[in-house]
Amino acid sequence: MAAPQPIIQVDRLVKRFGDLAAVDDISFRVEAGEIFAFLGPNGAGKSTTIKMLITLLRPTSGAARIAGFDLERQAAAVRKSIGYVPQMISVDGTLTAYENLMLMARLYEIPRAERAERARDMLAILGMESHRDALVRTFSGGMIRKIEVGQAMLHRPRALLLDEPTTGLDPVARQNIWERLFDLRGKFNTTIFFSTHNMEEADDVSDRVAVMNRGKIAATGTCEELKAQTGKPDATLEDAFLFFTGNKLQESGDFREIRRMRRTMRRLG
Amino acid sequence: MTFSPRLAVSKAYVLAEMETRKLLHDPTELISRAVQPILWLGIFGEALSKTRTLSTPGLSYLQFIAPGILTQSVVFVAIFYGLYVIMDRDTGVLQKLLVTPTPRISLVWGKMAAAGVRGLSQAIIVYLFATVLGIHLRVTPLTVGGVVVIVILGGSFFTGLSMIVAAIVKTRERFMGIGQVITLPLFFASSAIYPISIMPGWLQRVSNVNPLSYMVDALRALMLDTPGRVGLDMAVLAAAALAISLVSAWFYPKVVM
Repeated sequence: MAAPQPIIQVDRLVKRFGDLAAVDDISFRVEAGEIFAFLGPNGAGKSTTIKMLITLLRPTSGAARIAGFDLERQAAAVRKSIGYVPQMISVDGTLTAYENLMLMARLYEIPRAERAERARDMLAILGMESHRDALVRTFSGGMIRKIEVGQAMLHRPRALLLDEPTTGLDPVARQNIWERLFDLRGKFNTTIFFSTHNMEEADDVSDRVAVMNRGKIAATGTCEELKAQTGKPDATLEDAFLFFTGNKLQESGDFREIRRMRRTMRRLG
Repeated sequence: MTFSPRLAVSKAYVLAEMETRKLLHDPTELISRAVQPILWLGIFGEALSKTRTLSTPGLSYLQFIAPGILTQSVVFVAIFYGLYVIMDRDTGVLQKLLVTPTPRISLVWGKMAAAGVRGLSQAIIVYLFATVLGIHLRVTPLTVGGVVVIVILGGSFFTGLSMIVAAIVKTRERFMGIGQVITLPLFFASSAIYPISIMPGWLQRVSNVNPLSYMVDALRALMLDTPGRVGLDMAVLAAAALAISLVSAWFYPKVVM
């Protein structure tokens, strides 16, 4: 048997906006079943990279394959192979948990006979059966994220991409989300690729990480490998992050991002 | 992947169904939208019909403007529907939908159909309130069916237009301003509240290419027993709605960039 194919393979990917190279010739691979954290300060190019990986933005040059499909030439196949959870709240507050799941089940062309069962099973995995028919706008942030993960996993994608999935959640909700993600990975062998600002979280859950800085990949490896490269005996992942980026972490986003987040919260009530 | 029209229509249906379910969960939107046609008919219409300055042969002034007010309410719902695209963009709903294997045109058709359904609720209000005011409207299965088709086609066209504007301006503040700028001229350059014959020549020419005039013309012919070119109006609105949905599907993904 041939060596297992990586689920995400990025080769010399570049995205330019005018003179600015937001993503400047990056390459990395994520193996099947891995939990892979994508780290970097704001403006490092993480979001642009993710937008390319989910087929919303065309690369200027370079290539990437997801589950073996070429990002540009086989975009439709890529879309069927991935699940995506955006950073912003992306459920519909005026629909119930079940309706939100069924919407995705139908858009992902899950056969009619299986939809209801998959939605029910998903609610069970997420521990949300009793909230099936409640409007999502009555949910807490953690519950909303769980429904979003459920929506993205109904069609059993090979890779799940999450953009800062736990930003703004309290530690209990954060842990709860990860427990569900581990369950889902165990059940469906899903590869999980996520971006985060939280080094502790990345250290806790990920098999490997990549650190992005100014459009480039500054380092990739296991958390232990990155810590070792700092040369300090008891380095944390945060130390490693500073070592590779020379940057302090910024918890808050820019003005536009904060404004968006507030509006989202307001809309959901 | 080859484009499957059947799949595109069925996904548009899913999206429209979900948008309609939202109305059922929270009908306040329907109630607040009912206010506008009621005010136009009940206050503006009543007041102007007393002055008898506008000649509307064979019809009372209230009869004359009822189809115009329906047109205006439908267009108003549709032209601001693009705001939902911006809200979907701001919340991440749009990005998520764009990542699903859903043809872009389905996203557009889904929104168009959803706005059409909201337009139909306005038609119900106009018919009901007209009965309250004693305005005689023609109600037969054929004419009501025709009104449903025109409301959905007209609503779809203006929703498509609105989504293009949304994709270009990208923020709700700018969108609100432009929405106002588009709606009123379209409304005034049509036969919605006065006959085209009283307009100056240049405005008549504008009115002749105004899609809103085609809606008013068809609705007036259907709701009252006046001569009109319902078949032509339907064909023009259907072609315009289809054309604008194609343009809109091309613009739609740009709202996230």
